[in-house]
Amino acid sequence: MATATRTRPHAPSRPTTPPGRRRKTIGSARRRLGLLYASPMALLVVVLFVIPLVLMVWMSFNHWPLLGASAPNGVENYSALQDPLFLRAIGFTLKYTAVTTVVLGLVAFGLALLVQESRPGVGVYRTALFLPSVVGLASTSLLFYGLFNTEASPLNELVRFLGLGAVDWLGSTDNALASTVGMITWRFAGFYMLILMTGLQSIDPLLYEAARADGANRWQVLWRVTLPLLRPTLALTMVLSLTGSLLAFDQFFILTGGRHETATVVISVYREAFLSQDLGRAAAVSVAILAVLIVVNGAQLRLLRRGR
Amino acid sequence: MSRARTAGFHVTGSALAVLFLLPVLWTLYSSVNGRRAADGEPGWGLDNYERLADHGGGLGAYLVNTLVVAVVAAVVTVLATTLGGYALARLRFPGHNLLFVVTLAILMVPYTTILVPLYILLGWIGLQNSLVGLGLVLAVFQLPFGLFMMRSSFEALPRELEEAALIDGCTPGSALWRVLLRGVLPGIVTVGLFSFLAAWNEFVAPLIFLTDGAKFTLPVALFNLQSGSLGSVDFEALQAGVVTSALPCVVVFLLLQRHYVRGFTSGALKG
Repeated sequence: MATATRTRPHAPSRPTTPPGRRRKTIGSARRRLGLLYASPMALLVVVLFVIPLVLMVWMSFNHWPLLGASAPNGVENYSALQDPLFLRAIGFTLKYTAVTTVVLGLVAFGLALLVQESRPGVGVYRTALFLPSVVGLASTSLLFYGLFNTEASPLNELVRFLGLGAVDWLGSTDNALASTVGMITWRFAGFYMLILMTGLQSIDPLLYEAARADGANRWQVLWRVTLPLLRPTLALTMVLSLTGSLLAFDQFFILTGGRHETATVVISVYREAFLSQDLGRAAAVSVAILAVLIVVNGAQLRLLRRGR
Repeated sequence: MSRARTAGFHVTGSALAVLFLLPVLWTLYSSVNGRRAADGEPGWGLDNYERLADHGGGLGAYLVNTLVVAVVAAVVTVLATTLGGYALARLRFPGHNLLFVVTLAILMVPYTTILVPLYILLGWIGLQNSLVGLGLVLAVFQLPFGLFMMRSSFEALPRELEEAALIDGCTPGSALWRVLLRGVLPGIVTVGLFSFLAAWNEFVAPLIFLTDGAKFTLPVALFNLQSGSLGSVDFEALQAGVVTSALPCVVVFLLLQRHYVRGFTSGALKG
């Protein structure tokens, strides 16, 4: 690693290098200091990350009730992966992920195109569009629960004002999905807008001028110049959106409680662990989710790097 | 730019801005406007907040719990990544590559996937149902961002600064405290801020790790209010709760906007 070679305290070019023995003691003093300074972080990482990770794999091969003794049971827990309820959760999560990624991506890209240039007043719009991103996801879900509920929904008053019948926003799987995607778009569009805006601003303006000089119209510039050069940024937003949606919990847990078949994969882990009280099966499902995530992230990171 | 296009830009921009601000404004409005506890008549006032304050363990207690978790998470993240970032940027020590790689691997393993073993582990080390234990767990998942930020902050400082301190008689240890910390202060503020806000807003981890109702954090307490264990849901009190939990985030954002946005994008782009 480049950092390591640069930090070598006894590099010959270093003017302050003390001679002989002192050099060595300083080197080992720095090593000891390094270990000392890194130890709080290392301790946290080992105890609250590495050990749980290993424990999870171990738990997945054991019958492990919430209360009581555990006992090895081979791969039996992994039968949870064939549970029809879990398969349905996978299907719903994939559907939600696909819809969210497309809708959110398009909206965020549109917003980024709108606010990318600095001109009078644009800062106000950027702030307003980004503001929802600072509200926590649980708070957002509770806020929208107030908007989507059937008892006192101001949205339905609006719908009635427009002369339409009341809508049960969370009343069926499809309605709940559409409402949730709308809420998530509201919450995250400004965040992705900001990332895409940073990407757009890093494109050399000369390229646009050259394209226009060659007679390209606005669509051609967008397709031939902007989108190809934005690929790494687009890939990044996709990684974030895919990972976030595949692990969706707060929004469905709060808005629907997982009713109408809107249970996501993480909600089914939660149920397996704390409602069925079978931690071994929950661990087996978690291991499988993690394996999928690592494959997805690995593939996307390669894509991201190739785009650079 | 033609005048028509400028007008179009402002019409689109303000329409979208209103659309994005509307839910926030509606929450604010309905939190101070609803049925009054005293006479049951509709009207303005803080009655929704008063009812919320009486709910369960009390709004004040939930706020303190949330604050404890967020402060623990922020302080632990800042301490661990400042020391660790300095060690990785400037001090060569055995295992530095391994530590860096394993810490970054946390990015690939979102904490929701290891909640179940964490729950068991916290029980083993006596930190289950503990606000400090929860803060520690949340700190761990802020380490990758914090480490990125602090390592590159230290690397961005001119090497001469440290060398000058060493010539003046500082040891590498005291150079960090006396000279370098001032240079990485913006990084420290960003890491602390993000760690604090992430912990403040956290929902799943407190939902699982906190079993004692008196220890609930605000999001969990509000969820309980919403799931309506006592029959009908008090929507107005709920919106008062949303305002209470969202307001600190919005205020911090508006105050530190420039800093906040830079941290957000740099974290996202590097992460």
